[in-house]
Amino acid sequence: MPDGSFSHPQQRSFNPYTENGGTILAIAGADFTVIAGDTRQSEGYSIQTRYAPKVFRLTDRAVLAVNGFAADGNMFVKKVKQRLEWYRHAHAKDMPLRAIARLIQTMLYAQRFFPYYVYNILGGIEEDGTGAVYSFDPVGSYEREACRAAGAAQSLVQPFLDNQIYFKNQQAAPGQSHPLHLPLSDVLSIVIDSFTSATERHIEVGDGLEMYVVLAKGRSAQGLEGGRGVQELTTRTDGDRVFVIRRELKKD
Amino acid sequence: MNSLVSRFSTTGPIAELRKAKEVLGDDDEFSDAVWGSEAGFGSLANGVPKFSIPQVPDPSAFLRLHTDDHSDPSCRIKIKHGTTTLAFRFQGGVIVAVDSRASAGSYVASGTVKKVIEINPYLLGTMAGGAADCQYWETYLGIQCRLHELRNRERISVAAASKYLSNLVYSYKGMGLSMGTMICGWDKTGPAVFYVDSDGTRLKGDLFSVGSGSTFAYGVLDQGYRWDLTDEEAQELGRRSIYAAGHRDAYSGNTINLYHVKEDGWKFIGNYDVSKMHYEGPNGVGYGYDIRTEGRSSANPPATQ
Repeated sequence: MPDGSFSHPQQRSFNPYTENGGTILAIAGADFTVIAGDTRQSEGYSIQTRYAPKVFRLTDRAVLAVNGFAADGNMFVKKVKQRLEWYRHAHAKDMPLRAIARLIQTMLYAQRFFPYYVYNILGGIEEDGTGAVYSFDPVGSYEREACRAAGAAQSLVQPFLDNQIYFKNQQAAPGQSHPLHLPLSDVLSIVIDSFTSATERHIEVGDGLEMYVVLAKGRSAQGLEGGRGVQELTTRTDGDRVFVIRRELKKD
Repeated sequence: MNSLVSRFSTTGPIAELRKAKEVLGDDDEFSDAVWGSEAGFGSLANGVPKFSIPQVPDPSAFLRLHTDDHSDPSCRIKIKHGTTTLAFRFQGGVIVAVDSRASAGSYVASGTVKKVIEINPYLLGTMAGGAADCQYWETYLGIQCRLHELRNRERISVAAASKYLSNLVYSYKGMGLSMGTMICGWDKTGPAVFYVDSDGTRLKGDLFSVGSGSTFAYGVLDQGYRWDLTDEEAQELGRRSIYAAGHRDAYSGNTINLYHVKEDGWKFIGNYDVSKMHYEGPNGVGYGYDIRTEGRSSANPPATQ
């Protein structure tokens, strides 16, 4: 009504969130970590873009994947990068991975009463040279794990990872035991299979795949350098190294 | 004099910096600590950190609208729920046992959650309710306990530590925090267990269980509890109680984490798979009742070789 009165009671609410689909996943190896995400961004049944990165390099040894509400995710990554730059100026070194994990917790919890609608997975190399994955809930509870999937196809991908990485519900051959860590080539195959399968069965997953590989210092990059769709993001070869591998996914 | 003038002047570099901070610092209030060695932890060391609040008439109703999955299962931000935790005092110290499942709705979000928070070598906290609330505030409690040690040259008592936490969460009452925790430890008075929750309740006691599976755990715990339990008996009682909850409560399970607090601090006893406990138990005899029914009636014929 023009005079501001209504015949029925009216209720309004503040709805600042939406869900932008997509899936992210990370797997830690003995001396490497793979952090991957698809590049589709959607809202409801419409695809907003076929290339919106969800995985970001933070330092030479840390990569962050964000999923959920894209606007919150991009702003959160921006603020994490800013805090890491401040740390670099104050200490003349990159923040260690476990410290980044705690920083992310405090940054998420600072928004406890107005949360970022974002599921974070942090992957990289720990100070002792081991591969590590940290997964977070939107308000900052976190845990170090060997592998984790999050996002739209989490419930499709995580059981596959449990089976292939943790060997859940698998019996080792007599006299043999399951390996503790898989080699990089096996992990990359598992990641690609996870995303092609999720693309087939989930409407919000597809278009493109970005796999970030963080290699521990001194580990040979054998098989990565010069591979198809591989790009190195680090400039020094004497420290931890970050590569990104891009693949196409189905676009329907 | 110069400092006094510069503080109140509207021109000059300090005033410019102040103006820039006012323009840039829309929601985040960063102290100079982020530049220095405190590296972002300055916000934790200098009193209670600041939280940003949505600019709406009722911020907690806003939070409830978007996060509460009991009243509205379709809400976007799922907070993990479901738990069984227990702690009890006995002659040999304190036993703390928890499960490791986190569920979001009917999805098992994680089966490897650490629900015992190691506050310091003498204090343990348990996690039930909001995982982030427990993790964050019990870490924060650890900082305050360390400051107490440095200021008073003695360890904080369990009573004081738990009261610090209960006063803290009480100051946020009605804002939507969700935690049910047991603060366990050993101090001058011996073994101690306090129950603290986000309503502000703080109870001293011998035996507590918290979470959706607590009723099942209490059933086993109450019938097996004595003050003069041996260490082995007490650990077995804790393990058996969490198993019972994991078995009967859909929101609990996966694995059991067992801790024992003694005079010289806490010790991690072990991680036990609930399914493995059902069939094999901790030493070859399963907790499941199959072994007690097998071959006893035509409905339970003897296993064929």
